[in-house]
Amino acid sequence: MANVFSRLGGWITERSPGLMPMYRKHMSEYYAPKNFNLWYYFGSLAFLVLVSQIVTGIFLTMNYNPSAAGAFDSVQYIMRDVEWGWLIRYMHSTGASLFFIVVFLHMFRGIIYGSYKKPRELVWLLGMLIFLVLMAEAFMGYVLPWGNMSFWGAKVIISLFGTIPVIGGHLVDWIMGDFLPGDATLNRFFALHVIALPLVLLLLVVLHLAALHEVGSNNPDGVEIKKGPKGNRWSPLAPADGIPFHPYYTVKDLFGVGFFLLIAAFIIFFAPTLGGWFLEHDNSIRANNLVTPSEIKPVWYFTSFYGIVRVMPAFLGTAVWGVLTMFAAIAVLFLFPWIDRGQVKSIRYRGTGFKVGLGVFVLAFIGLGSLGAGVTDKVFPEWFGDVDLATWDNNFGRLMILLYFGFFVFLWAYTHFGWEKTKPVPDRVTMHD
Amino acid sequence: MKYFFPVLALTLGLLAGSASVQAEEGHGSELMSSGASVRDQASLQRGARLYFNYCVGCHSLKYMRYSRMAKDLGLTENEVMQNLNFTGAKFDGPVISHMPPALATKWFGKAPPDLSLEVSAKGADWVYTYLNTFYLDPHSPVGWNNLTLPNAAMPFPLWELQGMQTAVMKPGSAHQVEKLELSQPGRLTPAQYQQATRDLTSFLQYVSEPAALQRHRYGVWVLLFLAFFTLLAYMLKKEYWKDVH
Repeated sequence: MANVFSRLGGWITERSPGLMPMYRKHMSEYYAPKNFNLWYYFGSLAFLVLVSQIVTGIFLTMNYNPSAAGAFDSVQYIMRDVEWGWLIRYMHSTGASLFFIVVFLHMFRGIIYGSYKKPRELVWLLGMLIFLVLMAEAFMGYVLPWGNMSFWGAKVIISLFGTIPVIGGHLVDWIMGDFLPGDATLNRFFALHVIALPLVLLLLVVLHLAALHEVGSNNPDGVEIKKGPKGNRWSPLAPADGIPFHPYYTVKDLFGVGFFLLIAAFIIFFAPTLGGWFLEHDNSIRANNLVTPSEIKPVWYFTSFYGIVRVMPAFLGTAVWGVLTMFAAIAVLFLFPWIDRGQVKSIRYRGTGFKVGLGVFVLAFIGLGSLGAGVTDKVFPEWFGDVDLATWDNNFGRLMILLYFGFFVFLWAYTHFGWEKTKPVPDRVTMHD
Repeated sequence: MKYFFPVLALTLGLLAGSASVQAEEGHGSELMSSGASVRDQASLQRGARLYFNYCVGCHSLKYMRYSRMAKDLGLTENEVMQNLNFTGAKFDGPVISHMPPALATKWFGKAPPDLSLEVSAKGADWVYTYLNTFYLDPHSPVGWNNLTLPNAAMPFPLWELQGMQTAVMKPGSAHQVEKLELSQPGRLTPAQYQQATRDLTSFLQYVSEPAALQRHRYGVWVLLFLAFFTLLAYMLKKEYWKDVH
């Protein structure tokens, strides 16, 4: 039997000599630092969710009807009459939210360990592009069930483009293909969601990994293992602190996958709507252009950016500032490698200012998220009694925007003028467990 | 790393807090706790009987098939066709009310909505509270009003069960209702009526998502398998990593 396999392997190698070197380069001889911690699970988990979304998405497509007349019914058809349709749909809807949780944590890992810094700027930029495409993908997917929140969410988000002076109104009609979200909108969103954006996403993921494997992985110490001593058990030329990705990190990630699936399965089987956070109540009502939901808000993963739009004032005769600020909040993330001039990568050896600043940034992000999700509308009256909610929301939100962007201004000055007091970085990676 | 678990715990705490905020999401006045459960098959059967006796005359369940309902509620085809199906619909067909929508619109101002997804859309507690907060209102065209859905177009169909409630206004106010009082008892005691509406709510919750029964049935096994798998993966990792220092 073993003989058969080795002969088959030989037969393939003879005809495709590039395959084995590729496998070695990216798996068995890709030397990753041996000190990865919990934070390093989220990259492989993001890939797992991507694959799961594609596979479940294919099966949903087989039974979904992309038309304003049939979409809502076809989702119920999937939930009730398609064998295991409910499971496939819940895997897809839960997967969407988990995708963002995993990606947010993955990005945060990059920030705390300085993974965006030289020589990994391209890895960061490609990752940010993935994030951008992922947001577009998620938004369009959210519209497809054609519930009332799908409809009004689409209307509100597309209307944002209407604030652009002069061309705004025409732009909105052009995006929707109608004067309201309708059949034309649904059809083009379907095409973009199932074909166009997934293709772009896959290409970007391949580039993201290729760029990473070219320069090698960073690690929690922010030490460049390629610059350290050479020679390990597998190769005299490989970094001494590196271990082969396969089998070491494949088995480790397998454990991460098991743990992640445990959480995912709990949500899918016991709380698929997660109290209205993953699947919203108002989306169980068919799209209706005459009845607005009691409050229109996007799904949780967009709420931080939506919060910005909600509280930016209109001035100089235009309301475009909210949209501009929202896009700036994403654009500024692209610039992380150039705003942060610090030489020390890992938060373990960075100054207190960085730690505090990052903490404030995270709080601002969560604060804007709770504003965008309408949580503040409920907790402010609870905490502070009978207050003028609109003013409180506006002031709170604007303060959070200030802190969000303020972090980047601070980070630039902090590192540019050499105010940061860093700790000495060790020569070799350290193992903690 | 050393802050990971405290931060994780804090984040989960915040999420749980906001989840409860979301769950309480304002549907008018305060909601009662329904205690509805799709796991109680006897309750689902009683709820189905109430639905087909009092509700289906006006409200369809267009996504629900009689046959699926029979299977999930542990009823035979005969039981369903003789006791619940009053419209002569096929066993495999959906539950469609006999009321012509055009006439219904004429009679009530708006056609009675399909209730297939009512619990998904509004929540079990809302439905339960709605069914418990009807009161006599001489100013309303149908003679009834509702605290949960003010100016509801529906006359109270369960009045012979609950009896009639009247509103006690807040002192010095003509419109603000302080509480409801049972002014004329019905066939059921208040406790029995609450149980009946709980059954009805459970049934509608089942109709909103029949897959919930399957979810609960398979979920435990999936979790057990994954826990076992994770344990194996952990041991495998330990074994492989023995020599990494």
